[in-house]
Order: sequence, then C-alpha cells, then structure tokens
Amino acid sequence: MSILVDKNTRLVVQGITGREGGFQTRRCIQYGTNVVAGVTPGRGGETFDEKVPVFNTVQEAVDKTGANCSLIFVPAAFSADAILEAATAGIPVIVCITEGIPAQDMVTVRNYLQPQGIRMVGPNCPGVITPGQARVGIMPADVFSPGRVGVVSRSGTLVYEVVAQLSERGIGQSTCVGAGGDSIVGTTPVEALRLFDADPDTVAVVFVGEIGGVSEQQAADYIATTMTKPVIAFVAGSTAPPGRRMGHAGAIIAGASGTAQAKKEALATAGAIIVDSPADIGATTERVLKERGLL
Amino acid sequence: MKIHEYQAKQIMSDHGVPIPKGRVVSTPEEARQVAQELGVPVVVKAQIHAGGRGKGGGIKLADTPAQAEEAAKQIIGMRLVTHQTGPEGRIVKKVLVEEQVQAERELYLGIVVDSGSGRPVVMASEAGGVDIEQVAAKSPEKIHKAFVDPTVGFQPYEGRQLAFATNLGGDLLRPAVGLMSGLYKAFAAKDSSLAEINPLVVTSDGRLLALDAKMNFDDNALFRHPDIADLRDRDEEDPLEVQAQELGINNYVKLTGNIGCVVNGAGLAMSTMDAIKLAGGDPANFLDIGTVNDVGRVVNSFKILIADPDVKAILINIFGGMARVDVIAQGVVDAHKEMEIKVPVVVRLAGTNVEDGERILSEANLPLIRAIGLGEAAQKAVEAAA
Repeated sequence: MSILVDKNTRLVVQGITGREGGFQTRRCIQYGTNVVAGVTPGRGGETFDEKVPVFNTVQEAVDKTGANCSLIFVPAAFSADAILEAATAGIPVIVCITEGIPAQDMVTVRNYLQPQGIRMVGPNCPGVITPGQARVGIMPADVFSPGRVGVVSRSGTLVYEVVAQLSERGIGQSTCVGAGGDSIVGTTPVEALRLFDADPDTVAVVFVGEIGGVSEQQAADYIATTMTKPVIAFVAGSTAPPGRRMGHAGAIIAGASGTAQAKKEALATAGAIIVDSPADIGATTERVLKERGLL
Repeated sequence: MKIHEYQAKQIMSDHGVPIPKGRVVSTPEEARQVAQELGVPVVVKAQIHAGGRGKGGGIKLADTPAQAEEAAKQIIGMRLVTHQTGPEGRIVKKVLVEEQVQAERELYLGIVVDSGSGRPVVMASEAGGVDIEQVAAKSPEKIHKAFVDPTVGFQPYEGRQLAFATNLGGDLLRPAVGLMSGLYKAFAAKDSSLAEINPLVVTSDGRLLALDAKMNFDDNALFRHPDIADLRDRDEEDPLEVQAQELGINNYVKLTGNIGCVVNGAGLAMSTMDAIKLAGGDPANFLDIGTVNDVGRVVNSFKILIADPDVKAILINIFGGMARVDVIAQGVVDAHKEMEIKVPVVVRLAGTNVEDGERILSEANLPLIRAIGLGEAAQKAVEAAA
C-alpha cells in the first residue's frame, strides 16, 4: 500500500551521530519508523539515545540487524562513498538527503547502482514518507496523512506545500517522494511514476516538476504511452530567466526544452492535468479525483 | 561557475587540446607587444563572461602591431553589450590577442553532464560557429553524440565514431581523436559542467584548433579544485548578488520586478515568483534562504532586499521543514529592530513550529500584512506593491 518504504522498512542511518542526522533520526523514530541501526565510522559499539546500536560499517549493520533501507546524512564530499558502501552491503533502497554533492560523483554512483537494480532517492531531497508507516527523511510529519494519492516532486519544500493542500481537503497520500533538486538524481520523477503506476493502492499521482533538465519530458513520454493513472502536474519556474541557476543545481533553463512552458506543453499533450498556480494544486487534485470517482 | 575564454583555452591546452598562439593583456601597449611577438595578423578579443562579443564590437582584426594597439584601445574599458549581458553590458578589462587563423571548416565540439541519461555526453557537429541550441532545435540529426560510461571514460573508438560522422577522417582522424580525448580529460579532471569548443576549426594548412572555448564548472565540486575557484571573477557578477553571497545568502538571483521575496527552498521560491506573476505582479528576485536555522540570515535577507531600489514590497513565504518557523519569525522581528523598513511586508508562515512563530510575530506588534495561503500571500504582496 505504498512504494519504497513502509512498515516493513528496517532503517539504518548513515551519519546518525551528526547534529542533523541525530535530530532527524529522533523524529523518524517518533513517527514510528523502525530504525534498527546507525553507522558512524569509529563510533561502533555506542548506542544512539540508548535505543539504536551504532556500527563502524554498513555491512556490519546489515549483518547484525537485517537493515533493508539506508538514510544518509554524511557531508557532500563523502556522500558518494557512503552510497556505494550501502549498495555494496546489499541495501536495496538508499535515501540520500545531502545537498551539494558534485554532479560527476553522482554520475559514477548512478551508473554503478542502476544495473544492479538498487534504488536510490536523492540527493538534495527531503526523502520518502509513507504516511502512517515510515518517515525516511526530514519532512514535517504532521502535514501528511495516509491515503491513495502519490506525490513526486523535484523540490522539497514544495512537497510540504502540495501535501498541506491535499491533507486540508481530506486527500491522503500513499507515498511522497522528494526526487531531489540536482541535475543527476538516483530516482528520476519518471521512475517514481512507474513505481506509483504499479502500486495497487495509489489511484492518482501529483507530479511537481521545475525548469531545467528533461525529467518532465521523460515523464510526459511515460504518461502518454504507459501510465494508467491520472497525473496532476505543476511545473515551477514560469518566471525564471534563462541561463540563471535557481537554487537547485538542476534548475537552470538551457535551451528551449528547459522552460516551464515547454514542459507544461509536453505534459499536457501527454494527457496530464496541468495546474498553473501553485496555490491550486490541492483544489485541482480534488476536482480530478471527484470527476473520476476516485474520492 | 564561469571563467573567461583565455582561461578555458589554457586548461584545454594543458590537457592536449591545440589552441591558437596568443596571450591575454590588459593594456593597448601590451597588445602591440604581443602582436609584434607573434609577427602575424592578429585578432583582439574582449574577455567577458558572455557570448555574442563580435556583434557588440568586442572582437577586432588587426594586420599590424599598431592596429592591434588601436583595437585594444577601443575595446579595453568599453561597456560591451551582447544578447547575453543584458542592457547594462559589461566593462571589458582584458583582451586576448591571438594569431588570425584561416578557417576552412567550422565545427562544434562540446561535453555536458546529461541529466536524461545520467552520463557525460560528447557532442560533435559539422554545423559549428553558430548557436548550437538552434542547430539542436532545427536539425538535431546534425549533432552526433557519444554517451560516455563514466566507469571507463571516453574511449578512442567513440572519438573515431564522432570524427568519421563529422568528416574528420584521413589525416585529421588521429588529431581529432586526440583533441576529443584531451577535452574529455579536462572536463572530467576539473569537474566541469560544460566544456565547449565553438568553433573547432580546420585551418587552410590542415590543423585542428580550438578557436573559441568555454568552460563552466560544478559549484559543488569547487572544494576540490582550488585552482579553478581562484579563477572566479566577481566583476562579472551582479553586485547585489555578490553582496548577498558575502552575507551568507548563496541562492539570490536579481530579477526585474518590484516584489522582493524571501522563501525557504528553491522550488517554493520559484513557485512564489510564479504565484506573484499570476496575481498580476513581478518578482524583484529569487531568494532561497535555505534550511539553516539562523536568525542572522533572515536579517541579512532583509538587508539585501532593502538595498535593492526596485523593491516596493516584500513577501516572506516560509513552509518550515528542517527550517523552523519560529527562527524565521524572530528574524523578521530583529530585522525591523535593526533597520528602517519603508516598504510593506507580507508574511505567510506554515510548517514546523508555526504556533511559536505566530506568537513571536503577534507579540512584536509590527505593521505586517498577514496571509495564510500561498495564493493569498501573493495577491496581498501585489496589492501592497501597487
């Protein structure tokens, strides 16, 4: 009844003894996520908050606790190494929050993970949450509510904005995926759409795209050819000037295909329902669900 | 990060890419000297971080050292306006004096990190010397691509494929493959995000040369390339943006409207701009305050917006996740204590610790315009700026 993470998730946190890692781990536990281990090289043998055993290596954590999902908070310069360590230890779902990882590091990581079928989400993302089951990330938990609408977004804070609009209207979420704002990410929006399409408990998907890159065009191709569920789409950055990076490493208009207009047109032609105002995403989703008898 | 043409050529040359003979100078006298040393007709090229220099009068030919001096005199100090600089243009501080090259053919060669495939892509085209974006849009079949597996790097066979596809066979094959391999090495070694030679020329005496060169670099990788970070030229950046960075606000982009924005998160910041536009207004800037919980950063954001004479109203839009709303609210209060804010301020708060944030704002009793939803906030900001 979800994708990527659920009540069977056994989470290991890489960087659990760091400030942000520790703070967010406590919130994950509070939410009910099953945090089984932490990893900080050199701190093996300690216990985090007298609850979670800390190991020196991810392999040890997997061997001793059966961890099947990793949440990564290590600094950007060491993130590629941390992701590869988790992958080699046999973790099938890896979520990397870290911002500022060099793009060529992610190129190497993505090309290493992909043929092995290892699923990585991020980096530079808020993580993944399946409301009521598992929070593997940094999102403010109280805006989320369990339900049947999937959410995938390249932006983190926009996930919160969209989900708040949905929850306000009593529309719960199956899983929410922050795909990440970098130009190279582990799970692109189209890959998340594919997972949602195959999930029996997701009835519709809200897709939040933005300027730059080709994620929206890839999503449009998939929606046109394969996707069976309705997709409500918003593309941020209609007012962004070309050639300027808008915060996210991937959010820069280089060429005509990178504009919000081109992306909206591609998605609309593919059959997605386009929302022009970021303030109308919840209301539009509600209308679509009602029209299609999905509420 | 961007660098100048002469710097890009130096890096490429260091990795085995052949470039024209020449040197960068900052006075007309030096330009004359270089022309004399080279002993051939030269071209004098303005060095700014923007394309379209020729059309704006920033590139001049000179047959004698005296002409080179005169050309440099005209170019150095000029305000060069091109389609990429905006109407304010850029003051030229340096010129590159290079040998004139008789080009028989003009090709294109470029490398970027391709987000679609997740791989570096090497692109080559016989349609060089023009805007490659236009070629890509109108006749994409003229651009040949090699998607490089990063675990093995660019291979000679990929170079041969691209060379044959762009009619660089025969005597040119070996130098073409060498040049492409060199460019890839420079791209990979320096964490470049774009390495481009346009045009790549075949000279009348059968040489391959990088006639113009451009390299951009991944800001996220500058920590491991101090040599590249040193090439940064702040004169090429908007002074308000440089000031913002000095104040710890790395994600600030000056725009043309009159509603100043302070938002957390890049996507929400762009969406806030979009909402302002839909409500009939125009954003003065993009500003992502980030997720660091720091009151001073909020105060500094106000400093930047106040320094911008275009700003007629300010919109604060915060949806706290990692960022805590109470910290932001305290920042708004402190900013009003520290400076005189003459324009109306609209505040919309939601998310982590929103109750504490609301309490802090109401206790401070400031003349703020309040909004609950994003659409409402944008509407009120547009009305306030009118």
